[in-house]
Amino acid sequence: MLELISLSIVPFMVLLILIHGYVKGINVYDAFIDGALDGLKTAVKLIPNLIAIFIAIGIFRGSQALDMLISLFSPIADLVGIPEEVLPLILIRPLSGSGALAAVKDIISHYGPDSFPGIVAAVMMGSSETIFYTTTLYYGSVGIKDYGHTLKAALISYVISIFITVFICGLFL
Amino acid sequence: MKGVFYMINTIWFLLILIGIIYGAYTGNLGQINNIILEQAEEGVTFGIGLIGIMAFWMGIMNIAEKSGLISTISKGLRPIIGFLFPQVPKGHPAERWILMNFIANMFGVGNGATAFGLKAMKELNTLNPNKRRATNAMAMFLIINMSSLQLVPLSVIKIRHDYGAKDPTAIIGVTLLSTFLSTIVAIIVGKIFEGGSRC
Repeated sequence: MLELISLSIVPFMVLLILIHGYVKGINVYDAFIDGALDGLKTAVKLIPNLIAIFIAIGIFRGSQALDMLISLFSPIADLVGIPEEVLPLILIRPLSGSGALAAVKDIISHYGPDSFPGIVAAVMMGSSETIFYTTTLYYGSVGIKDYGHTLKAALISYVISIFITVFICGLFL
Repeated sequence: MKGVFYMINTIWFLLILIGIIYGAYTGNLGQINNIILEQAEEGVTFGIGLIGIMAFWMGIMNIAEKSGLISTISKGLRPIIGFLFPQVPKGHPAERWILMNFIANMFGVGNGATAFGLKAMKELNTLNPNKRRATNAMAMFLIINMSSLQLVPLSVIKIRHDYGAKDPTAIIGVTLLSTFLSTIVAIIVGKIFEGGSRC
């Protein structure tokens, strides 16, 4: 049911917008082209940012510096009651969305989808976002260099949300 | 975080610095050459992939903007926007793009959300007195975005299904609760930080 809603939201949104525009007498084709050109320009301007982010994260992962970081953090995770198995996900999540998805796959295939780490990983993936990528992309697109309190606030929220997720999973599952 | 010290600048620098030095130490330098080639290409491929979908959504949304549909929707949700982004004047175009971004995020239309979000950022920047520094509204917008708003994590459910979970969708309720709480936390943390800065 929920899946059906998720699948139909895009076609329905498009349909609704088109009908509304058409009925209101808008030249829908021209309006689409105008907007699309704007979108095209925005996307092209993003490419340098994307390259920069992808290369930095790729180097950090590929050199196994990330693995080093994970082994560094695992005693701390143990201490505060976070399952050590989900640590790779916790560390990758703020950096890379596809990397995080790979980590979830890895955890689930290792410990099983219905194991505690498997469930925590799944919930964590669903309830967090890629902080580093999002900030760089969005601020980069408008040329903001000084991010103010954005990253600090996002990281603090992220850490709190990790504890919330582990706690809720322990409570309900 | 004032003046010349930019956090992302440092993070980006450190990721590459530590990566290359550690790679040299573990004998992975050869691989780093490949990674640079691969990831540069990946960035372009991803960006080009984004062009089509962004052009599509911005085109569609331009219709909705011209027909007045977006302003109708955003009027209803104005109180929420007013609380989260007090600096955004009533009826400012930033409002509608923020809303569209939130809605697209909730329903997991990732690329659509990105398109709206970038537009929202552009509009928020028109309200920015200092074009190099993020405003409270921009920070709040991103903080909420990064707390995740997605209602149904389809990709995760798919993985659970692939690995033979008893009930792949069993995590939906818990994820919803967790997402809801993490968004509330993000808003609170964001508001606390806003108190500490001027603009």
